[in-house]
Amino acid sequence: MVELTLPKNSRMTVGKTWPKPAGAKNVRAFKIYRYDPDAGANPRVDTYFVDMDSCGPMVLDALIKIKNEIDPTLTFRRSCREGICGSCAMNIDGINTLACIYGMDEIKGDVKIYPLPHMPVVKDLIPDLTHFYAQHASIMPWLETKTNKPAAEWRQSIDDRKKLDGLYECVMCACCSTSCPSYWWNSDRYLGPAALLHAYRWIIDSRDEATGARLDELEDPFKLYRCHTIMNCTQTCPKGLNPAKAIAEIKKMMVERTM
Amino acid sequence: MADNAQPNRPLSPHLSIYRVQMNSTMSIFHRLAGIGLAVSAMVLVWWFLAAATGAAYFRFVDGLLTSWIGLLVLAISAWAFWYHFLNGLRHLRWDMGNGLGLKSSARTGWYALIGSVVMTAVTIWMAM
Repeated sequence: MVELTLPKNSRMTVGKTWPKPAGAKNVRAFKIYRYDPDAGANPRVDTYFVDMDSCGPMVLDALIKIKNEIDPTLTFRRSCREGICGSCAMNIDGINTLACIYGMDEIKGDVKIYPLPHMPVVKDLIPDLTHFYAQHASIMPWLETKTNKPAAEWRQSIDDRKKLDGLYECVMCACCSTSCPSYWWNSDRYLGPAALLHAYRWIIDSRDEATGARLDELEDPFKLYRCHTIMNCTQTCPKGLNPAKAIAEIKKMMVERTM
Repeated sequence: MADNAQPNRPLSPHLSIYRVQMNSTMSIFHRLAGIGLAVSAMVLVWWFLAAATGAAYFRFVDGLLTSWIGLLVLAISAWAFWYHFLNGLRHLRWDMGNGLGLKSSARTGWYALIGSVVMTAVTIWMAM
């Protein structure tokens, strides 16, 4: 359901301004969303100052520097620091992206960092992705086959393999789904761009033998058709993929199979 | 995975912090224009019904529609029509699986936006 404002317990207050690093000449301000589940208070936005002369180029470098040198309680997910694990997905400078591959030179003024939008917050920049993962599981993200297992492996032509390009690279960071207004208002029933891109990845796989069942499962006013081609998903994907196109292809297959 | 037993998690901010995107703005205006056009269509039917009712009633409704505020509503309706029509063509193309790239969708977005203004001007010019 459309709710333009935040619930009472989610409204942000002005938080603490942390001291500037001593002797630093090239200082940049970071406004970061903080929420402590044990404090019983509303989320707040803290201000940190980072010495850019001794900081790496990416937003994640600054976050790690803040955690190491200023405030060890700042909490965020990170792992690979090269855009392949999808852990450090967050809202930076108004768009969803991976902190590890988003350069601070792309941001003008203060660096504003929030958790992925319209998600339950566990702590600071960590959203609860349980529901998002459950939706991914619901599209059966594996090869479904009926014929007997081949002796060696399921073969695929080079052309058929090419159809998976632009789909298999998805790292499930949730940037796209949490950028989608339709997903904001209807994530209880709408699967969202990430799960649908994965659904298409298996629908279009020449080796998969459950195409009909997969399409049946998606033929639903909410699961698939809450996509209104707003295209925030494609706009924000840090891996340069195109979930909007994948969803359009599923919709097309829905029509084509009735003709 | 997250501990779901904990109730009352705050909802992270969304609309208020997300950078305004051309694509999403055009999308919400497509919907607003559609809703507006439904109302405009009713106004138009009202005008026809007034003509069928009688001279006096028609003069009243026609007077309302040709007052400056009525003309403003009609001009905005003309823009809503052209915007919804041209943006609808984009949707038609998207539904055929084409033009969904970032560059091509931005380009057709500008076409629809500029086209709607031009066609509104043409419509007003022809009505005068």
